[in-house]
Amino acid sequence: MAIVQSEQRDAYRRVQYEPSVSAALAGKTVKSLTRFGSRYGVLIAFLILWQIASRLGWLSPAVFPPLDAILTALWNGLAGGGLLDDIAISLQRAGIAFSAAVLVGIPLGLFMGQVKAVERSLDPILQLFRQTSALALYPVFILLLGLGEASKVFVIFWATLFPTLLATIGGVKQADPKLIEMARVYGASRLSIFRRVVLPGAVPSIFVGLRLSATTALLLLIAAEMIGANSGVGFQVMNAQYNFQIPLMFAAILLLAILGLGANYMLERLQGRLCRWNQLNR
Amino acid sequence: MTQTHVTSRGEVSIRDLSKSFSLNGRALKVLRNIDLDVASGQCIAIVGASGSGKTTLLRILAGLEAADSGDVLIDGAPIHGVGAERAVIFQEPRLLPWLTVMENVVFPLEIRKIAGDDSIKCAHRYLRLVGLTDFADAYPAQLSGGMAQRVGIARALAVQPELLLLDEPLGALDAMTKMTMQEELARIWAEEHVTMVLVTHDLEEAIYLADKVVILPRQKGSAIRTVEVDLPRPRDRSNPGFVSLRQSLLAEFGLH
Repeated sequence: MAIVQSEQRDAYRRVQYEPSVSAALAGKTVKSLTRFGSRYGVLIAFLILWQIASRLGWLSPAVFPPLDAILTALWNGLAGGGLLDDIAISLQRAGIAFSAAVLVGIPLGLFMGQVKAVERSLDPILQLFRQTSALALYPVFILLLGLGEASKVFVIFWATLFPTLLATIGGVKQADPKLIEMARVYGASRLSIFRRVVLPGAVPSIFVGLRLSATTALLLLIAAEMIGANSGVGFQVMNAQYNFQIPLMFAAILLLAILGLGANYMLERLQGRLCRWNQLNR
Repeated sequence: MTQTHVTSRGEVSIRDLSKSFSLNGRALKVLRNIDLDVASGQCIAIVGASGSGKTTLLRILAGLEAADSGDVLIDGAPIHGVGAERAVIFQEPRLLPWLTVMENVVFPLEIRKIAGDDSIKCAHRYLRLVGLTDFADAYPAQLSGGMAQRVGIARALAVQPELLLLDEPLGALDAMTKMTMQEELARIWAEEHVTMVLVTHDLEEAIYLADKVVILPRQKGSAIRTVEVDLPRPRDRSNPGFVSLRQSLLAEFGLH
C-alpha cells in the first residue's frame, strides 16, 4: 500500500517536473476555468435559475420577466436612445455631485486631520450632519434650491461628502508618528513631512472613502430621481413600474447596477495604480 | 591620531546634562548630571537597565528632545534640535512603505535638496555597502526584517553624517541575523570613519562594537561608569579578554 502510494507520488512528481507542453497547457486551462468557476459560478447559477424559473412559470413572469425579455428591453431602450438620455442626465447629476464632494472633502479632510483644534471643534457638528439622513434633508434643499437640478445635485453631494471627508481625516490622523520622527531627524519641514509622509500614507484610506462615496452617490441619485424628477435612470425605474413595463423596469435596475460596478471598477484601477505598495501588504 | 583630532569630525561632549519627565504630575528624574566625551571616529556603547535613560540620552543627542539643563556640544558647537551632521538608526527600520528601497535611501537627500544625480550615486554606493544592490527596486513589504534594517542603515549613511546615533538598532532581529549585522556594523564603522553612539541592552554587542562602554546607573545620582574595551579588531567573541570583560559587565548588573 505504502509502496503504491509512494509510486503514485513519484509519478505525480514526474508529471509536475517534466510536463509536456500540451499537458501544461491543459493544466493551465483547467486551472483558470476552476478559478473562473469558483469566482462567478454562483452568479451564473443564479442567472440561469432566474431564466428557467421565469420561463417555466415557477415565478410570475409578470413580476420577474425572463432575462432575455429584460435584455431585449434594455437593448431597445439603448438603441431607441431613450435610456441613453436617462443615463446621460443621471451621470451628470451623480458626476457633478461626486466631483464636488471630492473637491471639498479631500482638502477639507487633509486640513482637519492636520490641525487638531479644527478637528476637535468641527467633529461634533460633522457627526450630527452625518447622522442626519440626507433624504430627510431633501425637502429642505428643495425649499432652498427649488425642484430643479440644483437640489438634486446638492442632496447627492451632501450624502457623498461625508464618507470621503471622514476617511481623509482618518487617514491623516493615523499617520505613523515614527515615520514622521524619522523625517524630522533628516530635517524635513512641516510641509515636506505632510507632502512626503502624511499624504502618501493617507491615500489608501482616502480611496476607501472615495469608493464609499461613489456607492452613496448612486444610491442618492436613484432616490432623488424617484422622488422628484422626470428624467434619469432612477426616474425610469419608477416610471416603468407605474406603466407596468416590468422588463424595462428591470432593464433600468440592471443599468444602475452596471453603473455602480463601473464606478467601483474605475476607482479600484486608480487605487491599484496609486497604491501598488499597499497591495503588497495583503 | 593627531590627524583625526585636528579635523575633529563628530566629536561629542556632554556637560552636566539632566532631564526629567513628569509622570502623573510627579517629576521623574531620568538623567542626572551626565558628563560624557566621545572622540572623533570613536564608537561608544551606552548600556543600562531599562528605565536608565539610555534612549532618552540618545534622543537628546539626536535633537528630538531637549535637555532640562546642561550642554551637548558637537565639534565644539552646542546643538539646537536636529542637525545635518547627525543621523539616527532606530530600532525599527522606519522605511516609507510606498517608496522603493532606492527611493527610501534617497529620501533624506531629497529632503536636504541634494541634486538628483549625486543622490542616486550616493544611494547606490551605500546600498552596495549593505549588500542590497539587487533590491533597489523592491518595496519594504517585500524585505525581511534584517534587510529592511540594512536599508535603514544605508539611508542614515547616505547623508554622510559625522555622528551616527543607533538606538538598539538590532534589538528586533533574531539571534543569527543580529550577529551578522553586528559584523556588518563593525565593518561599516571601520570603512566610514564615522563617530558612533550605540544604545543597546546587549552587552556582547556593546563589547563587540565599541571602543568604550558607558554604563548608566540604575540608582539615580550615582555616577556613570565607563569601561574601555581594549581588544584587537575585528573582535573575536571567543577571545578570553572578550569573555572576561563580558563576565565583569554582567556582574555590574548583578548577573553571572
